[in-house]
Amino acid sequence: MVTYLIQRLAQALLVVWLVSVITFGLLYLLPADPARLVAGRSATAEAVERVRNELGLDRPAIERYLRYLGGLVRGDLGRSYQQRTEVRDLLASRAIPTLVLTLAGVLCELLIGLPAGILAALRRGSILDQAVMLLAFTGAAAPQFVLGLLLLYAFAYRWPILPLGGYGGLEHLLLPALSLGLAGGGWYARVMRSSLLEVLSQDYIRTARAKGLTQRVILYRHALRNAALPVIAMVSSDLGVFMGGVVVVESVFGWPGIGQLTWQAIQLVDIPVILGAVTFTAVFIVLANLLADLAYPLLDPRVQYR
Amino acid sequence: MALLAPWLAPHSPDQQFFEGLTLEGKPLPPGGPFLLGTDLLGRDLLSRLVWGARASLLVGVVANGVAVLIGGLVGLAAGYFRGWIGALLMRFTDVMMAFPALLLAIALAAILRPSLWIVALVIALVNWVQVARVVYAQTLSLAQREYVEAARALGATNARILLRHLLPHLFPTLLVWGSLGLSTTVLLEAALSFLGVGVQPPIPSWGGIINESQSYFTSAPWLVAFPGAAILLTSLAFNLLGEALREALDPTLR
Repeated sequence: MVTYLIQRLAQALLVVWLVSVITFGLLYLLPADPARLVAGRSATAEAVERVRNELGLDRPAIERYLRYLGGLVRGDLGRSYQQRTEVRDLLASRAIPTLVLTLAGVLCELLIGLPAGILAALRRGSILDQAVMLLAFTGAAAPQFVLGLLLLYAFAYRWPILPLGGYGGLEHLLLPALSLGLAGGGWYARVMRSSLLEVLSQDYIRTARAKGLTQRVILYRHALRNAALPVIAMVSSDLGVFMGGVVVVESVFGWPGIGQLTWQAIQLVDIPVILGAVTFTAVFIVLANLLADLAYPLLDPRVQYR
Repeated sequence: MALLAPWLAPHSPDQQFFEGLTLEGKPLPPGGPFLLGTDLLGRDLLSRLVWGARASLLVGVVANGVAVLIGGLVGLAAGYFRGWIGALLMRFTDVMMAFPALLLAIALAAILRPSLWIVALVIALVNWVQVARVVYAQTLSLAQREYVEAARALGATNARILLRHLLPHLFPTLLVWGSLGLSTTVLLEAALSFLGVGVQPPIPSWGGIINESQSYFTSAPWLVAFPGAAILLTSLAFNLLGEALREALDPTLR
């Protein structure tokens, strides 16, 4: 178990490092000149050169990368070109809103998707099942920004009971979380339904039924626990991906998260911020996957740590 | 429908109609001479949607085609050769999985000043990974089968085994992904265009139309609702097609 953990952590570290190398390489190769953007459109050639020198952009790529890596190891992500603040502080200030939205979004997905999937599986073939599945497919096919804009139109404009966007209390959180939940909930419902149907057709469920256990006990004690396994993989993947910022939803609702930060950094070619955000996200994606892999054997004794 | 755009669309997508705006310069609601209303510049929304289908579907189909091709090749090579080639390729897909896909696509598209083809390639670049994993898992089990060993014993070359014996078995998977993936690529194209880094004006695209009109959506909600519905229905259609293909082609599903 301990060796397994160390092995996995080492792998995770390697993956994160490779992500940072590839991102650095891509940003280096792209035809954009950050120095010119920082200096301004009307800057003279000397001014641009001065900025380039200040930012260390005139150094060879290897040297810049080693400097970046050296900082990374010490937890120093460098300074933003545009705002002249530490990238670490920028990320930290955006991490809480993103964490809040991530957790609320995944919670919405679960609250919408799981009951729908379970209901559809238990009433398999009925009109209810078909209706729920049609809704689930529709949700899964809906673009998040369209859901977001329609929710805004309905609940912030037509019936103005919620704010038009921004960051604050629960009333600000509800609509962005719901946009994520409606879109993702469709996938959860589909996975939950097929997984539960598969489990319910297993021999041990027939045994439980033959023992005379009630439907309720069978469902809660035996079936759901096993059927939830694929959902865990989805939750962990969503946690990781959402932590990277749900750019589209954040942009619709003006949510001050990692996604907005990165999106602005990309438009300004603010390389340290982009690098920092991508690395930060990669860490979360890898960690979330690792946690899921650690959770499996706890829930299903048949699965072993490899 | 997308191919027939020039004949289907009632008006030119770029023509600004004098009568397409109200006296105050607001877009017209649905109904009247313009079936779905007009946009902020007095252009016919229906015509723009029909033409937008071209950009959205073209990007979706090209992106998904490339993604299935790359994913298929990587998965096939990794699953068949295994060893260090397989390990290297699959570690690489692990790294790609840890990439925030949307961020990567946005960064590339924003900095590269996208044409239709660049948008398609960027989407393909972040979408091939799932295909590679599925094809890898399948190839891995297929390559163990006895008929592959038999073919090898008969002196068949690797290329022959891959093309004649493995590819036909993978065909259903690739077909299913060819369809399911389309719904993802269409959604991704819409998201990129919505953020303004996808298909660029003046080419109409569904996400782009929403982007242009999002700040006016309270006064002109049809400018968001109709293109949104177009994206949703397209993505839904490919999704249902993919599921139907999967059920039809996979004998283990009921």
